[in-house]
Amino acid sequence: MDYKLPFKEYNRALRKSRLLGLRCNSCGAITCPPKMSCQECTGLDLEVTELSGKGSIVTYTTSFGAPQGRENELPYTIVIVQLDEGPWIMGNLIDMETDKITFDIIGRRVKMGSRVYPGDVYSAGASARPVFSFDDQI
Amino acid sequence: MRKVAVLGMGHSQFCFNSPRTQVELMSEVALDAITSSNLIAKDIEAAFIGNCLGTIAEGQATIQQFAVNDMGCLNIPALRYEGACASGTIAVREAFMHVAAGHYDVVLVAGVEKATALGTPLATRCFSMAGDSRYEYPSGYTFPAAFALLAHLYASHYNIPLPKLKEQMAAVSVQSHFYGNKNPLAQLRFEITAEDVLNSFMVSTPIQLHDCCPFTDGAAAVVLASEEVAKKIYSKPCWITGVGLATSGQLSSQYRYLPRLRARELSVEKAYKMAGIGPQDVDVCELHDCFSIASLIASESLGFFEFGTAGEAWLKGETKVDGKIPINISGGLKSKGHPIGATGVSQLYHICKQLRNEMVDLGLQVEGARTGLVDTLGGDGCLCHLVVQR
Repeated sequence: MDYKLPFKEYNRALRKSRLLGLRCNSCGAITCPPKMSCQECTGLDLEVTELSGKGSIVTYTTSFGAPQGRENELPYTIVIVQLDEGPWIMGNLIDMETDKITFDIIGRRVKMGSRVYPGDVYSAGASARPVFSFDDQI
Repeated sequence: MRKVAVLGMGHSQFCFNSPRTQVELMSEVALDAITSSNLIAKDIEAAFIGNCLGTIAEGQATIQQFAVNDMGCLNIPALRYEGACASGTIAVREAFMHVAAGHYDVVLVAGVEKATALGTPLATRCFSMAGDSRYEYPSGYTFPAAFALLAHLYASHYNIPLPKLKEQMAAVSVQSHFYGNKNPLAQLRFEITAEDVLNSFMVSTPIQLHDCCPFTDGAAAVVLASEEVAKKIYSKPCWITGVGLATSGQLSSQYRYLPRLRARELSVEKAYKMAGIGPQDVDVCELHDCFSIASLIASESLGFFEFGTAGEAWLKGETKVDGKIPINISGGLKSKGHPIGATGVSQLYHICKQLRNEMVDLGLQVEGARTGLVDTLGGDGCLCHLVVQR
């Protein structure tokens, strides 16, 4: 059975800041990032759908320690965003100085772009990653 | 299904920069476990080995092959289990099932890790391999970051002001060091204060250095045996009466349950049910406190406290040696250390010491402990539990 939305295809779209997901024809839920089966009902009748990339921050952290080879990215902020279509995805928050980020960013509206993690000896190549900027006014 | 006993045990000093190789570490604790079981190496029918990063730390794959033949268990079947930080517990569960099923009568379980050989940057990289490599690691996802994300989510979900949660988290680390200071096997044998925690280096907001367990070198081993063998050769067996194991996908895909980890609740429920007990029957627990917030999240899902209230329990002393539910009286991962392949075996070792009333001299004995629980988390979704009784 073919994998409906393989990493390679998802990643190619994400590099262009387009977010692809899977709509389940059995239960209607959206799965993103992609899986073989629907993350809600495990159904296999899935179709590729383009998502808005918009949503709200549900949690965050700013890291001051990095894995080997990523020290030059420090400090960086990771967020988990609840997409308007339902799923949660992980990415980086890019348009705020890390020392200004506080608990208040939870709930803020964001929109998605992308950057590329070039990879290392363990990563079997590069991966695009979602990056988020604020999509609201305070 | 047959009853399965824990017989003799072995435990290395947990430390930075062990002078021993992984095989040497494992052979020493294995022979302690075997000889204290009144057995010799030739009596061991099979070995179940927990090891996660040995391939990178020492360039050694199939360590199980070298370890058993090093220790004198020549040519026996030997298997290596990898479930990140739960590798050792998973090895115990597998060994348990083989003995319970009647496949073997006497087996060895040993876990080992030499994480400090990696150095902190590479160790951080390697530990992060237990997160989703394609869809979450590209964002810089590490394990401090994982629990930092959960900490902010916990505060937001249960509506706990962040400074209050930080105070509760600090109380977890303070308690672990208080007990770990009394445990001669512990890596970080010193006491700390809440102020020390809150003044320590910020690793990943809101997780500070003293919210984190260290990287550790160490090993631990136990012999498991059938009831028939146990009764013949060993005077103080403990019995593994329930086991559980469950998994989840990447962190973000667990969105229906976070900050709770659904796999933990499914796994421990299975272990409780097999043992015919509930959380109220547990006298002492060793749980997976890789980060201070992890203790709050774990203890609630194990059924000890209402959701969102565990931090208050730590502050009130309910988790102390004489409290409502004594937790991590060994010093936990935070103070005792966390050699990931060995951690679950070390947790089992300390629970059995409690059930055998052998922690009295250290001032760490939970009085009258009859039932213990081991909780171990690997990666962000591989949970394993053991119920142990005397």
